[in-house]
Amino acid sequence: MADVTASDAALRRFLHGLPGVDAVGLEGRAAMLGTRSIKTTAKAYAIDLAISMIDLTTLEGADTPGKVRALCAKGVHPDPADRTTPRVAAICVYPDMVKTAKEALSGAGSPPVHVASVATAFPAGRASLQVKLADTADAVAAGADEVDMVIDRGAFLSGRYMQVFEEIKAVKQTCGRADGTSAHLKVIFENGELATYDNIRRCSWLAMLAGADFIKTSTGKVAVNATPPNTLLMLEAVRDFRAATGVQVGVKPAGGIRTTKDAIKYLVMVNETLGEEWLSPQWFRFGASSLLNDLLMQRQKLSSGRYSGPDYVTVD
Amino acid sequence: MAFAYAPAPESRAVVDIAPSYGLFIDGEFREAAGGKVFKSISPSSEEVLSEVAHAGGDDVDAAVKAARTAYSSWSALPGAERGKYLFRIARIIQERSRELAVLESLDNGKPIRESRDTDLPLVAAHFFYYAGWADKLSYAGWGPDPRPLGVAGQVIPWNFPLLMLAWKVAPALACGNTVVLKPAETTPLSALFFADICRQAGLPKGVVNILTGDGSTGAELVAHPGIDKVAFTGSTEVGKAIARTVAGTDKKLTLELGGKAANIVFDDAPVDQAVEGIVNGIFFNQGHVCCAGSRLLVQESVADEVLDSLKRRMATLRVGDPLDKNTDIGAINSAEQLARITALADSGEAEGAERWAPACELPSTGFWFAPTLFTGVTQAHRIAREEIFGPVLSVLTFRTPAEAVEKANNTPYGLSAGIWTEKGSRILWMADKLRAGVVWANTFNKFDPTSPFGGFKESGFGREGGRHGLEAYLNV
Amino acid sequence: MSDAKSERLSVFKTYKLFFGGKFPRSESGRVYEVADAKGKWLANAPLASRKDARDAVVAARKAFAGWSGATAYNRGQILYRIAEMLEGRREQFAREVADAEGLSRAKAAAVVDATIDRWVWYAGWTDKIGQIAGAANPVAGPYFNLSTPEPTGVVAVLAPQESSFLGLVSVLAPVIATGNTAVVIASERAPLPALSLAEVLATSDLPAGVVNILSGKAAEIGPHLAAHQDVNAIDLTGAGASQTAKELEIAATGNLKRVLRPQPVDWAADPGTERLLAFLETKTVWHPIGV
Repeated sequence: MADVTASDAALRRFLHGLPGVDAVGLEGRAAMLGTRSIKTTAKAYAIDLAISMIDLTTLEGADTPGKVRALCAKGVHPDPADRTTPRVAAICVYPDMVKTAKEALSGAGSPPVHVASVATAFPAGRASLQVKLADTADAVAAGADEVDMVIDRGAFLSGRYMQVFEEIKAVKQTCGRADGTSAHLKVIFENGELATYDNIRRCSWLAMLAGADFIKTSTGKVAVNATPPNTLLMLEAVRDFRAATGVQVGVKPAGGIRTTKDAIKYLVMVNETLGEEWLSPQWFRFGASSLLNDLLMQRQKLSSGRYSGPDYVTVD
Repeated sequence: MAFAYAPAPESRAVVDIAPSYGLFIDGEFREAAGGKVFKSISPSSEEVLSEVAHAGGDDVDAAVKAARTAYSSWSALPGAERGKYLFRIARIIQERSRELAVLESLDNGKPIRESRDTDLPLVAAHFFYYAGWADKLSYAGWGPDPRPLGVAGQVIPWNFPLLMLAWKVAPALACGNTVVLKPAETTPLSALFFADICRQAGLPKGVVNILTGDGSTGAELVAHPGIDKVAFTGSTEVGKAIARTVAGTDKKLTLELGGKAANIVFDDAPVDQAVEGIVNGIFFNQGHVCCAGSRLLVQESVADEVLDSLKRRMATLRVGDPLDKNTDIGAINSAEQLARITALADSGEAEGAERWAPACELPSTGFWFAPTLFTGVTQAHRIAREEIFGPVLSVLTFRTPAEAVEKANNTPYGLSAGIWTEKGSRILWMADKLRAGVVWANTFNKFDPTSPFGGFKESGFGREGGRHGLEAYLNV
Repeated sequence: MSDAKSERLSVFKTYKLFFGGKFPRSESGRVYEVADAKGKWLANAPLASRKDARDAVVAARKAFAGWSGATAYNRGQILYRIAEMLEGRREQFAREVADAEGLSRAKAAAVVDATIDRWVWYAGWTDKIGQIAGAANPVAGPYFNLSTPEPTGVVAVLAPQESSFLGLVSVLAPVIATGNTAVVIASERAPLPALSLAEVLATSDLPAGVVNILSGKAAEIGPHLAAHQDVNAIDLTGAGASQTAKELEIAATGNLKRVLRPQPVDWAADPGTERLLAFLETKTVWHPIGV
């Protein structure tokens, strides 16, 4: 599909030629999938899967090495009382905390808990390309396995698609390491700022064409973050992208997913839109923090038959 | 599949079905005068749910007399008071909606998700809407004092038993008529539960009378000289027979009959939503929907793409136990209907259309039909012309908007149509040209009590729902 | 010089059918005698056959797309034009109505005036009926939902037998005002005002085929129109409250025609909207509201 990114005009034509999205229909489909009733064995499966898909996140100005180390410990052993509990997929931090997280996780064994770092002047993305690339390079150099970049929403909304495309490409390149491997690149759209579903579909294709390994809904820092419909739309986009190019891309909803019930709704959407091939941490992640404890309490309920409480999960 | 949904059955315990039911006449349940009964079975299991009375001529007569007697006081009641009874009924339906949803799924075979999320909310909303009209009829556009007609004889189908009851009973009562209603032979139970709701609401006796029975009961009812109004929803064939019966009388008639709706997908459609709309259009309620989008007209330039998406989507449909909350497609309503669907689908194959259905395991008891589509269908095929009333989609193609309109309109029916395109002016052009009573643009199978529903041509006449729905029950 | 005082020999009119904008004789070649109220011969009228009726339906169907697709404003202008054309021929119609219905010239003139005014009444309705019969429906969801009335299609009209002109226009005008096309069977006993009206229609910018007028026996042609599968509705006014009306209604069930049953009507009274609404279909269009 190289021709569609050959020029600004070609890219614009392509993105505006994608099928439109009917908002009410999309929301209706997401709502209908939200009525699925996931019980007993299916629920147990979904809870463990959801835990294993979490990018356990702390992105606060008040973050300290201590906070990050505690989070890493929790990511490796989410439920100290039950060692059968799966590990989370990654710990997601700011670039300056990557080194701390890396060290904290170094002896954790298998399966590895990755370190993901937000970059490119997260969350606003309002910095020069030079600064964004430096931010990225810094995170990669510190050992980040995954980079969560934000796009320039201003450029996207004003129609400078090629600029956004080139920026993603540049960041992707910067994710490369000296040994030829590369940190995985997650591209954050900030759906709440893109405002329309048509924009989200276009942005999905734009990011995937530029080489995104994952497309991610949001930073968690604005009013509207991941929603079932905007995530469903991105699932449809990765499905169609693979059909068109053979390249599989992952999806990460982030922000606002706090309960087991919510998480299961997302897994149902993945299941019925993409199927088994995406039902793994390699292809689907939750950007979340408080979600983990709710999943753990539900997990305890399933195994014991009793409702659990917040004193039986850890606060980190 | 890795993520296999465990069974999630809705509890049957919320509904208590009696072993037998009588006819509801003049506020009392009574046996049929002739003592005849018939069984109502669950189409998903073939289990007998209950035995109900089979009304004959004497029972029809008794019910019409009861309704006539009740009419003088009911029609004289201030509209506000009639409205309050209807508000009560709406509220009791809301309270008992889980019970009624389970009952409906048991007796009809439809998935609990639909009876719970579509049928029952619409039933309650319909009573709520018409309740409010009862004391506002002088503002409805037919002069200062529109009058009720008298006794309404109402015959309803099995596809949405309680919803069709609501569509008939709510406006009739709001306008001051009394009713004798005959539910379908295969789905009599929810109407009998409704009789109980009328009692709970304190509705005066004789205002609503429910006669269970078969087609002969319905024929007796519409022919009865004591009724002033006939409302029928069902097949075009029976509708014509009723129209002949009513000819030359003063009985007002409204008919809501069959359809063969075209669901038209243009190359600029919002394709994911269009695929959902196609699926919802034909597989909602097992395709037992008069306005089902049973003909897919897809623009040739995107036919392959749309069909691929459609097949992928159909493969995710979950067919099975109607009471499982994750079921998308339930049981076919009766052995008879299953035989009809099977015969028509077989004709499609015999006439050269290509049949496709996703792999799906059907239960061994009960009546089932896998979601099916036919490609390579032309206007000349029976499956493109006859109403199948089942989960069977006929796919045709077109090249231009004019051709789409021509094919869509090329049927004696005219109930509904669908249009999928992102171009606003084209939607309006198409909507203008389509000869159908309901046009869904970029959506399908949406219903609302405020929105008039009914057909052009052989899909019947008269409207149900909205202000327009009042006309059928007023002397205007 | 008495020759100078002798009356001029008048020129008789050959009355013809009217369909597809043309004035043919009946394809059957038949005519029948039309007499005035006292039994005096007035003219021969064509005795239309079932084939004439068939051809009239074809003409009406052909005209339907254009007429129903015309703007309501345009239809109103044309109906008003009909009134204008009639106004200039009041004398002629007063004479024909007087002969047809046995009225005094003064009463006949009043009937003609009322008839002209009826065209004006319906001319004004064309672009208003949609506003009173339609609705914006407040559905409980994110949908735009609009109901609009649309013409039913080809309407067969059995014109009233007694009121040959005012009655005729009172049943015809509402049918075409809303965009339907019509095949009219004129009063059997008094068809001449109807056949003369055709001359007015033909010169009023009314597209060919919108109104088609047959003279003859309703009992002969009516059943063919009632059973015709390409006729969408039938007004049985001229059938009277008779066994015929019932039989026609039964025949009309073949394709579920909309049927307006015969009923006593005071043609001089305010017509209301009943006849406008009788041959309209409500179409409801849904569209999601979203960005």
